[in-house]
Amino acid sequence: MKNILTLLAGLIFGIGLILSGMTNPANIISFLDVTGKWNPNLAFVMIGAILIGFFAFRRAENKPLTVFNEAIHLPGKTHITKELIIGSVLFGAGWGLAGFCPGPAIVAFGAGLKEAWIFVAAMLIGMILHDQIYLKLAQLKH
Amino acid sequence: MSDLTFISPLVGGLLIGLSAAILILTSGKIAGISGIVGALMQVKNTPKDHYLWRILFIAGLLSSSYVYKFFAPLPTSEISASNSTLIIAGLLVGFGTRMSSGCTSGHGICGLSRLSVRSLVATISFMVTGVIICYLLLHWTKF
Repeated sequence: MKNILTLLAGLIFGIGLILSGMTNPANIISFLDVTGKWNPNLAFVMIGAILIGFFAFRRAENKPLTVFNEAIHLPGKTHITKELIIGSVLFGAGWGLAGFCPGPAIVAFGAGLKEAWIFVAAMLIGMILHDQIYLKLAQLKH
Repeated sequence: MSDLTFISPLVGGLLIGLSAAILILTSGKIAGISGIVGALMQVKNTPKDHYLWRILFIAGLLSSSYVYKFFAPLPTSEISASNSTLIIAGLLVGFGTRMSSGCTSGHGICGLSRLSVRSLVATISFMVTGVIICYLLLHWTKF
């Protein structure tokens, strides 16, 4: 049951991304182009998602047990590091360049879009570069 | 463009929120795509249940276009970036999201839903950078 719900959650997430217009990089670019022909509509994606997410996560924080009575472990909320900011800036630069963030890129990859295949392949390499090389080099320095 | 163009983004957003709600309340996991994908590529010292839920969630994402097509035509994806730009952007997105432990979904949706200061800082950082990059690309370059 839990596994079916997880698969369903992925499916609903993807359909939400397609319906909202997030899988079209041109929409992302026009959302970020605040000094040009700004299209603020994508702000509603975040508003809609947080509207539901707020109640779900409040429930998870007040009672950190799933409906199947398993423990929920939530990450910390206040730990602000150099990595958090530099990483977010690098991500934002890539997002603005191509108009893809990870979720929509994976959905477009699933639709067979050639550009998304290129982007996702590079994204996976970027992740490996961070986790397998950068992190290890950073550990060596300590 | 009609005045109702915010409806699809809003309904899409509600679905994304519903998905995050299902995942946290049934599996106790956070719907952060970069974290899920990144952890799938970890091969050392992974617990027994490390892969299954992540594979299932990503399988749902990958098949969503196929399922969507049963109900409505798939919206077009207009991509202006060249292949080399896509590669640079992909590398930045992959490296950056792992460094900051989250992307638009993990920080922007789940984190902000929890009123996390950490996620607010991350979201402002990537939004502002995205705006600056678009400004430079669209209004500064003359080629």
